Amino acid sequence: MSFEPKIVAFLCNWCAYAGADLAGVSRLKYPANIIPIRVLCSGRIDPEFILHAFRNGADGVFIGGCHPGDCHYIKGNYHARRRILLTKKLLKEMGINEKRLRLEWVSATEGRKFANVVSQFVEEIRQLGPLEAKK
Amino acid sequence: MARIGVFVCHCGLNIAGVVDVKKVAEELIKEKDVVYATTYTYMCSDPGQNLIREKIKEHRLDGVVIAACSPSMHEETFRNATRDLINPYRVEIANIREQDSWVHEGKDATEKAIKITKSLVEKVRGNYELEPIKIDVEKRALVIGGGIAGIQASLDIADAGYEVILVEKEPSIGGRMAQLSETFPTLDCSQCILTPKMVLAARHPNIKLLTYSEVTGVDGYVGNFKVRIKKKPRYIDVDKCTACGDCEDACIVVVPNEFDFGRKPRKAIYIPFPQAVPAAYVIDEQSCLGIAPLRCGECASVCEANAIDYDMQPEYIEEKVGAIVVATGYDLYDKNKLVEYGYGEDADIITSLEFERMLSASGPTQGKVIKPSNGKEAKKIVFVQCAGSRDKQHKPYCSSICCMYTAKHALLFKHHVKDGEAYVFYIDIRATGKNYEEFIARVMEEERINYIRGKPAKIYRQGDKIVVEGVDTLLGKSVKIEADLVVLAMAIVPKKDVKEIAKLLKVATDEHGFFKEAHPKLRPVEAVTRGIFFAGCGQAPKDIPASVAQASAAASKVIAMFSHDKLEKEPIVARFGDACTGCRTCFYICPFNAIQLDSNGKAYNIPALCEGCGVCVAACPVGNIKLPNYDDEQIKKMVEVVLE
Repeated sequence: MSFEPKIVAFLCNWCAYAGADLAGVSRLKYPANIIPIRVLCSGRIDPEFILHAFRNGADGVFIGGCHPGDCHYIKGNYHARRRILLTKKLLKEMGINEKRLRLEWVSATEGRKFANVVSQFVEEIRQLGPLEAKK
Repeated sequence: MARIGVFVCHCGLNIAGVVDVKKVAEELIKEKDVVYATTYTYMCSDPGQNLIREKIKEHRLDGVVIAACSPSMHEETFRNATRDLINPYRVEIANIREQDSWVHEGKDATEKAIKITKSLVEKVRGNYELEPIKIDVEKRALVIGGGIAGIQASLDIADAGYEVILVEKEPSIGGRMAQLSETFPTLDCSQCILTPKMVLAARHPNIKLLTYSEVTGVDGYVGNFKVRIKKKPRYIDVDKCTACGDCEDACIVVVPNEFDFGRKPRKAIYIPFPQAVPAAYVIDEQSCLGIAPLRCGECASVCEANAIDYDMQPEYIEEKVGAIVVATGYDLYDKNKLVEYGYGEDADIITSLEFERMLSASGPTQGKVIKPSNGKEAKKIVFVQCAGSRDKQHKPYCSSICCMYTAKHALLFKHHVKDGEAYVFYIDIRATGKNYEEFIARVMEEERINYIRGKPAKIYRQGDKIVVEGVDTLLGKSVKIEADLVVLAMAIVPKKDVKEIAKLLKVATDEHGFFKEAHPKLRPVEAVTRGIFFAGCGQAPKDIPASVAQASAAASKVIAMFSHDKLEKEPIVARFGDACTGCRTCFYICPFNAIQLDSNGKAYNIPALCEGCGVCVAACPVGNIKLPNYDDEQIKKMVEVVLE
């Protein structure tokens, strides 16, 4: 059986989660490997959540937030961007390919973008293979 | 020990056609604390809601997970339906439709549904019972944009007894409708039906009219917005000006006017159009010689009312309002982007709005249809519909009103020029409004307008004529028309500054820049951000009746909101413990200035200002801040179950 990656997606309520809903309303298919967890803002995402996901068997972590300037909470996505950047460095230190963590801006109207980036991400993780560190 | 019930919705076949809902319920009943699990065809239906109520009572449930459509659809429905039995914050939705059954297939979809639902069981387990925070509501409204939509919304809210601040960027209210000659399908004179409303708005005791003003800042939240407005210097005291026009005669600067798209001259001191409201002059500081240190002063010297003040400065005012109606209107698609039709290069190729002004008795030609290149009467006109609309290279959407106004244009042209010939290039005719189809039929049959199905391939000048070449796709023949005038029904686009307004208000725009409503069908006038409503073409292209209807709908939403003395605010706000070390990280990053420091330098927050984003929670180095129902432990547990 081919490798099916496990991916956790933290989606902000106002943009990315709504974008994922729109992908659904538009019936745009994408791989089921990604499981969404709704948070109010991408700025709520503690790097600890990301590490926790990798620790518990995730092969990839996807973060979806509002486009710069469009954050429902004014600037939460800017905090998310900084934290994700640092978390990527941390992952590298830990020997985890930083490509396993992906941050994307998806607006509430970008259903197609959501389906596309998620499909790409799943494919990328499939290529990278299972995260060895968990073993 | 919690007692959680799980209710899996079939949503007809929307979910059950893909997801094995029985299996989801069977798997979920095995979960710790889940004491009941079932499925039902339509949970949102009356019997579905009753089923949930019955089972809450029967099994003494203290937590509920409904696996169904997106929480944006029915979270409120289900929480309201069970409010008297269980705290609303102990009811959660697992989204297994939009983010599962509609996008996946087969076994994968069922497995994912189980995981998603389990994660919401984890969430409910950690959810607190919360009570809404009551907040005051400032019973005043702000309306941005003084076109027909903004005027209608203002009048409706003001008539209900609430104060309205109507802000218009231009020197007069009236908007696009003031520029139109006659309106389809009744051929009412646009000005005649609009100007009484303009005057009504200006004179209404509950409406504070701010023309030549712009909104520059918006803070706060529903019920309590703080709005900053810049009143641009008009250099005329509106109360003193009698609109006698002496100043205009005295002014020596002549520039093209905006109202007629530069097809008529105006002075540096001018009134945008004769019926302008307020009926007062304005000085255009760009072209006036008198504003600069070297003063011309001609106008001031003749003004008997002493209304002119060259030293007028921009004025900044702040208003507190509870709700905002956004009615910013539209522009036409940028002509420079439609080079294939030659607009902008040739004087005899004009836009529909320019033609509208040409037809108007108060327009640059007093209603004569002419060739702008030589001023002679135009005998043969080609109208091009979908100029930039329904075109993937330009705007893919339908601009909604062009079929109708082009028919009106052709008809009015035939009335103005009895021996004239009119041709209309069209893709399809869309005439869905009341009496619209009849109007089109009348134009086609009685007025003998030549409708050609197809898009022009080429438009170019040949001597005195503009040649339009295309294919009549119904006859399968190529056509070549030598016209005197070509009128392009340009695509409707949002106003240029719509992005800035959207940013100020923190509302979303769609891929074309139109404001995005909370739900395309069920909440078409509300923004996702509470307390903000849309009306008119800023939300999508639409005709006058639709704009007026939407404006009244927005007004009724505002009035409903103002009928309460207190509004309820989401109680998901940050909670501070007593382990604060005083590092101030949260204090600096809070986007809402909701965090304050006590006399010992320790942080605390003001719940009414906190929006619950959780940025501070993730930032606190000592974990002193918690976000109830989105707490660290809950989210980590959710991560664990989805990875099982």
